[in-house]
Amino acid sequence: MAVVSTRAGRLGNRIAIAAVIVVTLIFLSPIYWITSTAFKPLVLATSVPPTVVFEPSITPFVKLFTKRAQLTTPVDPAVYEAAPWWEKLVLDGGERLSRDGRGEVVFSAYPDRFANSLIIAVTSTLLAVSLGTITAYGFSRFRVKGEADLLFFILSTRMLPPVVVAIPMFLMYRAVGLNDTHIGLIILYTAFNVSFAVWLMKGFIDEIPKEYEEAALVDGYTRMQAFFKIVLPEAATGIAATAVFCFITAWNEYAFALILSNRRAQTAPPFIPSQVGTGLQDWTVIAAGTVLFLLPVAIFTFLLRNHLLRGMSFGAIRK
Amino acid sequence: MAEIELRHVNKHFGPLQVIRDVSLTVKDREFVVFLGPSGCGKTTTLRAIAGLEDIDSGDILIDGKPVQTLRAAERDVAFVFQNYALYPHLTVYENMAFPLRAVRMNRAEIDTTVKSVAGSLGINHLLKRRPSALSGGDMQRVAIGRSLVRRPKGILLDEPIGSLDAKLRETMRVELKRLHVENGSTSIYVTHDQVEAMALADRIVVMHEGILQQLGSPADVYEYPANMFVAQFVGSPVMNMKTADMRETAGKVQVSLDGTDVAFDFPSELAGKLSAGKAQKDQLMLGVRPEGVLISRDAQDGYVELVAGIIEPLGSHDIIDLKVGDGILRARTKSAYVSAPGQKVWARIDPAQAHFFDATSGISLGVRF
Ligand SMILES: Nc1ncnc2c1ncn2[C@@H]1O[C@H](COP(=O)(O)OP(=O)(O)OP(=O)(O)O)[C@@H](O)[C@H]1O
Ligand SMILES: [Mg+2]
Repeated sequence: MAVVSTRAGRLGNRIAIAAVIVVTLIFLSPIYWITSTAFKPLVLATSVPPTVVFEPSITPFVKLFTKRAQLTTPVDPAVYEAAPWWEKLVLDGGERLSRDGRGEVVFSAYPDRFANSLIIAVTSTLLAVSLGTITAYGFSRFRVKGEADLLFFILSTRMLPPVVVAIPMFLMYRAVGLNDTHIGLIILYTAFNVSFAVWLMKGFIDEIPKEYEEAALVDGYTRMQAFFKIVLPEAATGIAATAVFCFITAWNEYAFALILSNRRAQTAPPFIPSQVGTGLQDWTVIAAGTVLFLLPVAIFTFLLRNHLLRGMSFGAIRK
Repeated sequence: MAEIELRHVNKHFGPLQVIRDVSLTVKDREFVVFLGPSGCGKTTTLRAIAGLEDIDSGDILIDGKPVQTLRAAERDVAFVFQNYALYPHLTVYENMAFPLRAVRMNRAEIDTTVKSVAGSLGINHLLKRRPSALSGGDMQRVAIGRSLVRRPKGILLDEPIGSLDAKLRETMRVELKRLHVENGSTSIYVTHDQVEAMALADRIVVMHEGILQQLGSPADVYEYPANMFVAQFVGSPVMNMKTADMRETAGKVQVSLDGTDVAFDFPSELAGKLSAGKAQKDQLMLGVRPEGVLISRDAQDGYVELVAGIIEPLGSHDIIDLKVGDGILRARTKSAYVSAPGQKVWARIDPAQAHFFDATSGISLGVRF
């Protein structure tokens, strides 16, 4: 339809744009809040009304990565002078950095937990997407006995609310020694996401004409080669969309991570709020941790945005 | 290049039998067209030859060797799909190089082969494009190019130009013929368009409901249809098909149509020829193409007076409907030979162009003059 530039049309457009702006602001305000808090001095973090104009500092991030203790006596000026700039930021706030026996700065648990999150989310996403793609391909291309029932069964694994299975999962994991292990959470998130991946990928693969593979089969390729050379590239959009969904689910998962991990394999989501309880409630540090935690999903989604825009329509507008 | 042979091939999809005991041989370098209405099993037969579909019984032989146990990749045939099946994520060049990469041909050789085939198809300037940026005709050229690069034993084409517009179809038809003459590849071509079949084929295979109806040269199939189905499927406009009644009065043989008293003269040998063909008297059908109905504006000896109905002017000639009882007999005349509906004309059936069939079996009685 041609855009008709009538007066009413232009007015309608303006109203629509205004509405979009309002909605966007509403959605972005929590992100703005948490991001600005991550750069605020502690005193401003809880000020009422909220401070909007302030001098941003990265002190919360320094604190996020280090272990600290309250200064009991004023800091020795000589020590202060000798300290690097980032340590001064902490000293200014009335805290000192904990150091180990050799005088090295002790890191907080945050980098480890963040790494756990990355390892677990990335691995489980890779697994869920690959298993899901292969399974979906099978369902899409071959005559499978009881296909509809099997697909329903796969979906039904998602029907129980997580709360219901949390305790049994915990007991089982304890029995087989998967508690607080990376592999345990990877298996869990993979199992959780794979059903979703199968359904999503089946939609995408169904959209790929089977003649593409048949052409490859006739032209001298095996089915395996046809799958990798033709189906996978054609399904790239679907794979990207599925991967983003799986990654977000695994990355943000809180309940099971809380129950099934506490130290070695703990991911960032249960770790960040656990900081609230320890000592002084430093909201700026929590905000800094949260902001960093938001980044991977944002980056991942941004990198795949072209695929996603096409993929979100579930292949409806291919070509 | 090679010979492709089918021996008593049968194929079911569930309870539906799609191919019924089909046997035929496509000779080396021959261009054979499978012609038949939608759903008659043409595609299935082609896919079975390519190895994309299993058959229930029978043998498929390529170069004398049974191929049922071979995967599609091992049969060394190329397939051109109706929707072209060009890989959207690859350039035209890569699409055409794809079959060559399967056999690990070296870069330089791939390059020369692709370019020479592209040259003969006139698509050299498109090699860097993606299929989505091509017109229908060019996509089809690329698809055919992809099937030619490998010099396969046979090329199977499933309605390759079916989705092009009429004008382009005609151009591509000529191009296909030229390519076949140049390459001499054994080809099987599927279509439901009888004009395409006539224009391209060395031999036509007419199929209907999974059964091979007739196998012959275009002229054979057109002039001597084996049964009523072939007679009416091949040729445009459709052949007139009337129940016929033969009478012998005073040494003169006449055939009346549709139980009316409109009776056309036939040579007196007809009676003998019909009984030689084991015709049953009340089971006779007469088929005649519109061009076999001769028209005169004036009364002539041996012509029957009829009234013209609808006239279709087609430029080079007209097709007019002649009223015979409640039905019509269509005839072909020079342009504007009959000026208006309702006009009286005189008609005769050219015995050389008349076909007699058994009404029950539909089989031709083989009467020829
Ligand atoms: N995979 C399949 N499963 C079940 N039935 C099928 C399958 N493929 C084809 N058929 C049926 O087999 C019959 C023959 O199909 P086929 O595609 O060979 O016909 P065709 O002659 O190529 O027709 P068209 O001109 O429409 O392409 C049709 O009735 C079709 O519905
Ligand atoms: Mg077909």
